[in-house]
Amino acid sequence: MTFKRRHLLSLEELDAAEMMKILETSKVFREVLDRPIKKVAPLRGLTVANLFFEPSTRTRVSFELAEKRLSADTVTFTAATSSVKKGETLKDTVRNLEAMKIDMVVIRHSSSGVPYFLTRFCSSSVINAGDGQHEHPTQGLLDMYTIWMKYKKIKGLRVVLMGDAKHSRVLRSNVWGLTKLGASVAVCGPSTLLPVGLENMGVEVYTDIDKALDGADVVNVMRIQLERQQAGLLPSLREYTSLFGITKDRLKRLNKNYTIMHPGPINRGLEMADDIADCDQSVILEQVTNGVAVRMAVLYLLAGGEGRKTDED
Amino acid sequence: MPDKEFAVLMDAKQISHAISRMAHEILESLDDEAKLAVIGIRSNGDFLADRLVKEIRKIDGRKIEVGYMDITLYRDDLLTNPEHPEIKATEILFPVDNKIIVLVDDVLFTGRTIRAALNQIPDYGRPRAVRLAVLIDRGGRELPIRADFVGKNIPSSSKDDVRVSLVERGGTDEVLLSRGAKPTIAKAVKPAAGKARKK
Repeated sequence: MTFKRRHLLSLEELDAAEMMKILETSKVFREVLDRPIKKVAPLRGLTVANLFFEPSTRTRVSFELAEKRLSADTVTFTAATSSVKKGETLKDTVRNLEAMKIDMVVIRHSSSGVPYFLTRFCSSSVINAGDGQHEHPTQGLLDMYTIWMKYKKIKGLRVVLMGDAKHSRVLRSNVWGLTKLGASVAVCGPSTLLPVGLENMGVEVYTDIDKALDGADVVNVMRIQLERQQAGLLPSLREYTSLFGITKDRLKRLNKNYTIMHPGPINRGLEMADDIADCDQSVILEQVTNGVAVRMAVLYLLAGGEGRKTDED
Repeated sequence: MPDKEFAVLMDAKQISHAISRMAHEILESLDDEAKLAVIGIRSNGDFLADRLVKEIRKIDGRKIEVGYMDITLYRDDLLTNPEHPEIKATEILFPVDNKIIVLVDDVLFTGRTIRAALNQIPDYGRPRAVRLAVLIDRGGRELPIRADFVGKNIPSSSKDDVRVSLVERGGTDEVLLSRGAKPTIAKAVKPAAGKARKK
């Protein structure tokens, strides 16, 4: 199949075939990362702007590396060091950047829907690198890729997404992606952090961690977003740890060949006991490596061929 | 399917003889210390590389590494080509340093594929030498590239279509030529290829 999209805004809008195309393509770029010289040239001559209006280490560096390994030129700016501080609107900022001949924009923003807003006036390809409480599609894809590489399938696996379903965009992208590829998905967290209507997304919802983990293959633990906690949703962090923290004891309920995932950054000792993050079943650092490959695949597919051509005509 | 435009340039027997001859020629060109690695360019070059290696092993006991290469990421038309080319895996799982690399492809035409392959090799290391083996050399070069080992020379015009069909891709072993316009035989020739790339 040919990948026809120009933007990657969410996994909600992608179908299973499109997601598999990205995962298949990621495999090729994963191999590039193991070469002595980790650089190929398909994006030579293209310029990518990384606009990070919210703090990020992993995603920003991952995108930058992906762009550089595809030989694109990159500019990165963060809100703290930009004219946004002087009161420039988002639209003006992006328009001015585009006037400097940008081909693709990677954006992270604390408001949901900002990437979509950009597509309304941008001629560049827009990639969502996390928007508010909406989605983080490349993180969802890299989580799926990591699962796919380990089990050689996604269909039929039981995946538990632990944590803050209300605020976590990673969780949301995982739900859309995994359910479309046929995994059986369970979400588990305190009822104050489970949004209404979650069960309509095709997932099982649990407030009892032991029931949720029973017979699961993969546990993907979301970070408790301390910066997004409004007062009152969590009585205390200690209570969260005792009721929903992942411990060695709780892992006994999982299937034998289980996998522990976390999108990072980890609050060690809060959502996950310290030793779990570094155990043999943890693929947390593999997720990070795969992230670069998956982002290379996304950039390559959006930059190339059809989308670009038709738009210039 | 009867098609007046279509001619068989090589049949299974001729292909097999050509590969066996090329195997001898490759061995003849090597000194005793030479460490040989054969890298096939996808698609078709990979299968021909396997066959070539099988032939070389029949004649000589030396160790040969085999790899496969997809040159899509090194193409010079990636951003201008409206068709999004499908990338396949590159598998070069051995160090290429100080080896004699024999690149294998089915048809040598403009030379652009080989140019891309030559660009890719340094990303894996520094071979002692790179040689080129092709089943068909059809002329029409747009770059200063030539093959060291050739199955058959078939001078043709750029309007002609030369196709190599192989058992490994679900066809029969033959080389086909159609003069003039793009042939309709494409479908009949490559039933397996239809899946790989949709037009």
